[in-house]
Amino acid sequence: MSVLAAPDLQVAAQDGRATVRLSGALLTEFLADMEAPFAQAAPTETHVDIDLSPLTAFDTGGAWLVSQLRARLQTQGAEVQITGAADHLALIETVATATPEETPHELPEHGRWEWVADIGRKLVSGWDDALSLVSFLGQTLAGLADVIVRPHKVRWASLFTHMQDVGFNAVPIVALMGFLIGVVLGFQGASQLQQFGAEVFVVELIGISVLRELGILLTAIIVAGRSGSAFTASVGSMKVQQEIDAMQTLGLDPVRVLVVPRVLALLIMLPLLGFIANLFGLFGGALMSWVSLDVNPGMFLTRLHDNIAVKHLLVGMVKAPFFALVIGVVACWQAFQVKGSSTSVGQRTTSSVVQGIFLVIALDALFSIFFAQLGV
Amino acid sequence: MSDIPERDAIIKVRGLRNQFGPQVVHDNLDLDVWRGEVLGIVGGSGTGKSVLLRTIVGLNKPAAGTIEVLGTNVLTAPEEERRKVETRWGVAFQDGALFSSLTVLQNVMAPMREHLKLSTNLMKELGALKISLVGLPQLACDKLPSELSGGMRKRAALARALALDPQIVFLDEPTAGLDPVGAAAYDDLIGELQRSLGITVFMVTHDLDSLYAICDRIAVLAEKRVLVEGPIETMTDVDHPWVQEYFTGPRARAAQVKGIDTETGGA
Repeated sequence: MSVLAAPDLQVAAQDGRATVRLSGALLTEFLADMEAPFAQAAPTETHVDIDLSPLTAFDTGGAWLVSQLRARLQTQGAEVQITGAADHLALIETVATATPEETPHELPEHGRWEWVADIGRKLVSGWDDALSLVSFLGQTLAGLADVIVRPHKVRWASLFTHMQDVGFNAVPIVALMGFLIGVVLGFQGASQLQQFGAEVFVVELIGISVLRELGILLTAIIVAGRSGSAFTASVGSMKVQQEIDAMQTLGLDPVRVLVVPRVLALLIMLPLLGFIANLFGLFGGALMSWVSLDVNPGMFLTRLHDNIAVKHLLVGMVKAPFFALVIGVVACWQAFQVKGSSTSVGQRTTSSVVQGIFLVIALDALFSIFFAQLGV
Repeated sequence: MSDIPERDAIIKVRGLRNQFGPQVVHDNLDLDVWRGEVLGIVGGSGTGKSVLLRTIVGLNKPAAGTIEVLGTNVLTAPEEERRKVETRWGVAFQDGALFSSLTVLQNVMAPMREHLKLSTNLMKELGALKISLVGLPQLACDKLPSELSGGMRKRAALARALALDPQIVFLDEPTAGLDPVGAAAYDDLIGELQRSLGITVFMVTHDLDSLYAICDRIAVLAEKRVLVEGPIETMTDVDHPWVQEYFTGPRARAAQVKGIDTETGGA
């Protein structure tokens, strides 16, 4: 194939007739070089012969060039005759009939005030999304209420699989994260409190911040990244494969089959994971206090017991189910918004994680205000 | 192209063996595909029709055997030579396998971008030409694959397979899932393109209508090899239960009548 000679175009004129002689291999790969010669070939005679017989190879790209040339000469009023091998002529006719009237148009350029319309569109779609998310939350809650009232409707196999994925498999990373948070707090607290000679308050610092806020918040963020993305990707792919449509036609409610077990698994496992994070956070903090402040574990425990009320733990833990609900509902809602292609699955997975984490933090802020008002 | 003798094997498969774990799909399979013909591959479910196609185009590595395409042994040839052969064939997968994030036109332009040094405008013109050649309206150019019907996706996949003006086109179940009218139109299209572009078509199919309407030759896969090959008229004489069942069953008779009708009607 590589020995093909480059194509050539020659124009000769004689007795009021012009001849365009094409030779070599007029193939698509040589098209870029041949475009200019074809555009420049402008015989002024009224009779033009296009001679294809010297061609050694020909394909649709070449046929397209020849048919374009013929069309151009014909609009100039010339009479064009093409001679050459029969299959070459047939190919030109096939291409000429198939050539679209106009080349595909570009998408319209954005106007100067397009951004105003853009803001409007974003607002409207944001409002629609919010409504749809709330209605999805309602469906999920109805589904949850249903399985709580009638426990025999729980899909146990599915629930336990998700509990394992969401909870058990996340224990190492959550424990490590909790431990490191405790270490960081202990270390930072120590270096600051030492300046005031108030080293011993490091126990309160670690205890309150881990139990009330950080343990559960950071666990929720990890779970949103880990399980929220998994939910959106797997359910979203099912949407692309029309599995969700199939469920509906089989009389299965996708919310009850797919969403409820996932959200329920999160509701059960997120508090447990948060509790594990708390334990390891305290452990890391105690270790660091011992190493850098000489607060030995016995002292740490005593101070923890005496000065940290149980309410701090409860304030932290009470937030866990709400975070779980937000993560699960956002992830599954995003999955149901997947349309058409696998690209959409990727986009929705990203949104799912971003929205999940954002809403968890926003909800945490609301809880802070709420508990401050209550005075706990 | 026309100076090459007619019976020139464009694909030559020898002693092919494919096996997945203990399950042997092909054993000592030989097959020739002649230049310029439409070859239909038939066989019961699980006889490895698609595996054969995938093996020839290099998506599946066989356990043994040689495969020669356009004179190049595609299994042992160095990377660069193999790439060169790959630009001479086009594959249309069963469900299109179009790139979902690209429009139809961009899908057709994708192989051109990779292998040809053409200006974007020229590629657009050629891409639009290929799309129109396979009978899609120009409106389809700017559509995403997910916005097309199944039949349109198959046509778009064919347009992409034709993007580089290949000498061989591989089609995996081209008419599966199309309505009879759409399938007949697709058959006509393939026949017409094959004649006007002079391509060789390697087609895996179940569709008896396609076999009667456009296939020059048929290869039947059974018992882990090509059991028999030849024009469709010779198939009814083959003494093998599956082949007998397939080519003399009620569906075959109906297709045969239709095939003869279209032939006489067309002439």
